[in-house]
Amino acid sequence: MHIVVCVKQVPDTKVIKINPKTNTLDRRGVPSIMNPYDAHAVQEAVRLKREYGGKVSVLSMGPPQADAVIKKSIEIGADEGYLISDRAFAGADTLATSYALTKALEKISSASPIDMIFCGKHAIDGDTGQVGPGIASRLDIPPVTNITSITKVTKDYVELQRKLQDGYAHIRTSLPCLITIEKEINEIEYAPFPNMLKAVSYQPVVWNVDQLGEVDRKQLGLKGSPTIVGKMFAPPKQEGGHTLEGTPKEQVDQLLDVLHEKRHLFQKKGGAAV
Amino acid sequence: MIEDHRGIWVFAEVVDGSIAGVSLELLGAGRELADKLETPLAAVLLGHEVRQLTDPLIHHGADEVYVIDAPILRDYRTEPYLAGMGKLARMHLPEIILYGATPNGKDIASAVATDLKTGLTADCTMLDVDVDKRLLEASRPAFGGNIMATILCKKHRPQMATVRPKVMKALKPDSSRKGTVIEERLDMKEADIRTKVLEIVKGPGKSVNLEDADVIVCGGKGMGDEQGFQLIHQFAETIGATVGGTRDAVEAGWLSHDHQVGQTGETVTPKIYFAIGVSGAIQHTVGMKNSEIIIAVNNDPEAPIFDVATYGIVGDAREILPVLIDAFDELLKEEVVSHA
Ligand SMILES: Cc1cc2nc3c(=O)[nH]c(=O)nc-3n(C[C@H](O)[C@H](O)[C@H](O)COP(=O)(O)OP(=O)(O)OC[C@H]3O[C@@H](n4cnc5c(N)ncnc54)[C@H](O)[C@@H]3O)c2cc1C
Ligand SMILES: Nc1ncnc2c1ncn2[C@@H]1O[C@H](COP(=O)(O)O)[C@@H](O)[C@H]1O
Repeated sequence: MHIVVCVKQVPDTKVIKINPKTNTLDRRGVPSIMNPYDAHAVQEAVRLKREYGGKVSVLSMGPPQADAVIKKSIEIGADEGYLISDRAFAGADTLATSYALTKALEKISSASPIDMIFCGKHAIDGDTGQVGPGIASRLDIPPVTNITSITKVTKDYVELQRKLQDGYAHIRTSLPCLITIEKEINEIEYAPFPNMLKAVSYQPVVWNVDQLGEVDRKQLGLKGSPTIVGKMFAPPKQEGGHTLEGTPKEQVDQLLDVLHEKRHLFQKKGGAAV
Repeated sequence: MIEDHRGIWVFAEVVDGSIAGVSLELLGAGRELADKLETPLAAVLLGHEVRQLTDPLIHHGADEVYVIDAPILRDYRTEPYLAGMGKLARMHLPEIILYGATPNGKDIASAVATDLKTGLTADCTMLDVDVDKRLLEASRPAFGGNIMATILCKKHRPQMATVRPKVMKALKPDSSRKGTVIEERLDMKEADIRTKVLEIVKGPGKSVNLEDADVIVCGGKGMGDEQGFQLIHQFAETIGATVGGTRDAVEAGWLSHDHQVGQTGETVTPKIYFAIGVSGAIQHTVGMKNSEIIIAVNNDPEAPIFDVATYGIVGDAREILPVLIDAFDELLKEEVVSHA
């Protein structure tokens, strides 16, 4: 079983700051992290490897320093990592990203056929979740999104639980396939010490565009991206209400006064509605 | 040719035999855009035994309904739905397609975007059109801060977007509205489809029902720690409310993801929403700002949550909450007594 996990380096969105004057992203001093969903995807691949044997590879597209997420994957237990890195990839939206990743996946697969590709449910910097299904449709393999559990793996098919809006679907899909992973699927385990040692000195295979074989450069990076950011603006201000005044007790009393007419909405747990 | 593309489409998602709320909301939003562009609004209905659903789509604003009704479309699966959408879009060349940002809506939209090699903007919360350039202006919260980005797709058609449930408004159904139903066929056999749905289990996947709650008490990182967050649970229990959380509270492990309100959680519209120790980042407020009454408690008078709050209390949540709990305890006790 050969599983390839696509892992993305993202800015830690918790500490991103927007310059309020220019409405642009202030990247200074923003640390990069591995997209959390992708970490769960690597962990799940490693779990399957433990159970069924095989190999886990990871693939990332990004600047040279994105090798940090590959090292992180090695820590979790991935066997090998590939980084595609080239100025030509810069500015890619999801369509151009899925194209570049597909080219790399084809190259990896020609050396060692791939049974399953895992992606995160989405990347937290953009939250689109479009790259995974995009890769699947380019490779003409079935995509299954929002997976919370992989229940059975054979050499021909997998059985999975897919999260729906209210409930889940139990699905069987033939291999090879592409799966996008939800966080609930597992807990990230502490990295075993030997993996950490291996990660420190691990050097991923790095490919530039020319090393990817037949590539249509028009489909890469900014040029290959149909969507562009038109403008950035502050969200429309809501007309806020009023701030209450006084001691906590006084404020709460004022609040209760205005909520009095809504009191039918409240009911004590276990008690009857009043 | 871009000019050959005309019409706005809405992907009509079917849930339990009826049209999903978000699809009706999109017809409402789409109606406005279609009128501005002077172009028809169509719903695309895929499924099995769904023909009776064309009327509600027309009553909610569609001029046309494209229908593919086939047994292989009974449960949502990417492959046959993509085949259906791809076929219809290639035949009829819409200029805009809108989808609900639900698991299935996002799934099909991503697949269609790659298939048609066009742009897709995810999780939009505002839609408009540039009438002269016939451009969809799809806006969504971006990055970690208080900012919106408008995404454009200038050179490819159709222009596509997924839109968050509950941010657009459905029109009042008008049963006198007339529309055209256009049926197409799908030449795909069950044997061609690599994915099988073995079983669909309703409900238990989600243990929290934020969507239907009348009153929500949402706690944020400002509660300090898991211990502090217990006050949120206590207060919710006192008033019989459902507990919500911000992403930061969820990531801190204080409550499960099912409780998360916001762009990557639930969009909620309760009658009363308490936001306590919540800063009010845009990714949070897009999920709750349509609540009827919003009450914020925050010790920072500059916190953006006060911009969306109907009533704001500036103060330490750990001081305010016990007072609130006591006061409501008292209020609700009184009621019980007076009913007795
Ligand atoms: C792509 C993306 C998607 C996201 N999706 C979501 C989402 O779905 N939902 C979501 O909620 N967030 C989401 N976020 C995160 C969002 O941007 C904010 O980081 C998050 O909402 C902040 O959570 P918070 O208000 O709990 O924490 P903070 O921003 O840390 O705010 C804590 C607040 O508590 C106040 N406070 C501190 N101590 C006290 C006290 N003792 N008493 C009273 N008040 C106190 C502080 O003044 C502050 O305003 C997303 C971010 C990104 C980038
Ligand atoms: N630059 C990238 N390198 C590797 N994987 C990526 C990249 N961008 C996206 N992905 C994968 O696609 C998933 C969804 O990303 P997105 O569509 O951007 O939300 C991520 O969780 C990754 O698995």
